[in-house]
Amino acid sequence: MNRLLPLNISQLHLQIDQRQLLNCINLRIVSNGICLIMGHNGAGKSLLLRCMHGLLKPNSGTVSWNHSGADIIETRQQQAMVFQKPLMLNRSVAGNIHYVLKLRNLPLSLCEHYLKSANLESKGEQAARSLSGGEQQRLAIARAIATEPAVLFLDEPTANLDPQATRQIESQVLNAMHQSIKVIMVTHDIAQAKRLADEIVFMQTGSVTEHTDAKQFFTQPHSDAARDYLSAYLH
Amino acid sequence: MISFSEIFSEFTALLAGPDPDLLEIVFLSMQVSLTATLLACLIGLPLGALLAMRDFPGKWLVTVLVNTLMGMPPVVLGLIVYLMLSRSGPMGFLQLLYTPAAMIIAQTALVLPIVTALTRQLIEDSWKDYREPLQSLCVSPWGCVQTLLWDNRFSLMTISLAGFSRAISEVGAVIIVGGNIDHLTRVMTTAIALETSKGDLALALALGFILLVIALLVNATVYSTRMRFA
Repeated sequence: MNRLLPLNISQLHLQIDQRQLLNCINLRIVSNGICLIMGHNGAGKSLLLRCMHGLLKPNSGTVSWNHSGADIIETRQQQAMVFQKPLMLNRSVAGNIHYVLKLRNLPLSLCEHYLKSANLESKGEQAARSLSGGEQQRLAIARAIATEPAVLFLDEPTANLDPQATRQIESQVLNAMHQSIKVIMVTHDIAQAKRLADEIVFMQTGSVTEHTDAKQFFTQPHSDAARDYLSAYLH
Repeated sequence: MISFSEIFSEFTALLAGPDPDLLEIVFLSMQVSLTATLLACLIGLPLGALLAMRDFPGKWLVTVLVNTLMGMPPVVLGLIVYLMLSRSGPMGFLQLLYTPAAMIIAQTALVLPIVTALTRQLIEDSWKDYREPLQSLCVSPWGCVQTLLWDNRFSLMTISLAGFSRAISEVGAVIIVGGNIDHLTRVMTTAIALETSKGDLALALALGFILLVIALLVNATVYSTRMRFA
């Protein structure tokens, strides 16, 4: 069982500059596996991800991991997040992995393993910023996994990537899941969601309208919003 | 009116037969300006980074103040340091007036706002991209400063060069706190000022060219380092 689960979100509201961006979110994530957050642009998916990770503080409501009122930093240290546009530190590929290994007091010898997992073992000495978009995203995921998180947040990691690069990222995500890391990921790609998801959280205009098993979501979505979303992408 | 050939012959004479007095002046110029730049960087780089990354009441005022101090006239700064170090001043007991140490203090104070203000702007721009990923990794505030300074190291080298250029080329502050004493506090710029006042313009200009060559060598060294490791 994952050490941070279950995740309980209760009555979460987020308002920025007088705009209600997340509205009364109630969510309970219990099981391991891959949870995908889907919805139209501006639905609040990335904001919800940031609230879960503690990067954004909601105006009201609670985000609780494993029933504990643990310090937000303590919880965040057991999580990792990969952003849509990953930050590459201005150092070598291996240097990027070394950075997080040092930060978590882990042996630097693990670097080789993580580079291999990202299929970047031959590029260890290359400047990280000279990698292609797909390679940078693979490095960002490997760097995140190198922190040995219990939960991995991914914010549209395959946006703007070609199918081959997308498959490689998906393979990394599945490997993370097999290491008992809970993956919570934002995506717009329905085909990808079908390939990866165990459960789906569907959002519309700042609210969660559906949280269900992936098979159920794709065959018989409960909400009209989800039906419209799926049909719009299928036709 | 002096001719270019006169200046050139003085310049080649200075380079051909290295005069011990000249070498002493060049060495002291480098010692004072490099030390001042180093001190200003040690203080200014982390200070500029902190100023960029931390929010506090009156931050805009501090930013405007630091930016304004970049334009501080060296003569005014020299006068302030002079008053501080003079016998009746608050730091008079240190007895540093008319020593290289006083010149280093004056040049550090001159370079510090340049390094701090330019670093603040550079790091503020980077911080927009780094803030969330570093927060996500729970990097400490000091760790964030170190990461940002290291990742911007090549741009910071250029900022340090700007500081060094300001230090090596200024005359107003060092002449007030150093006094241009032969074999003790005479540097390139004060020597140029002295030769000009004596009417030996050819020698003054030749010394100016040597100063330019020194600045060129320092810049070339830093640039080649950057090209090698960037």
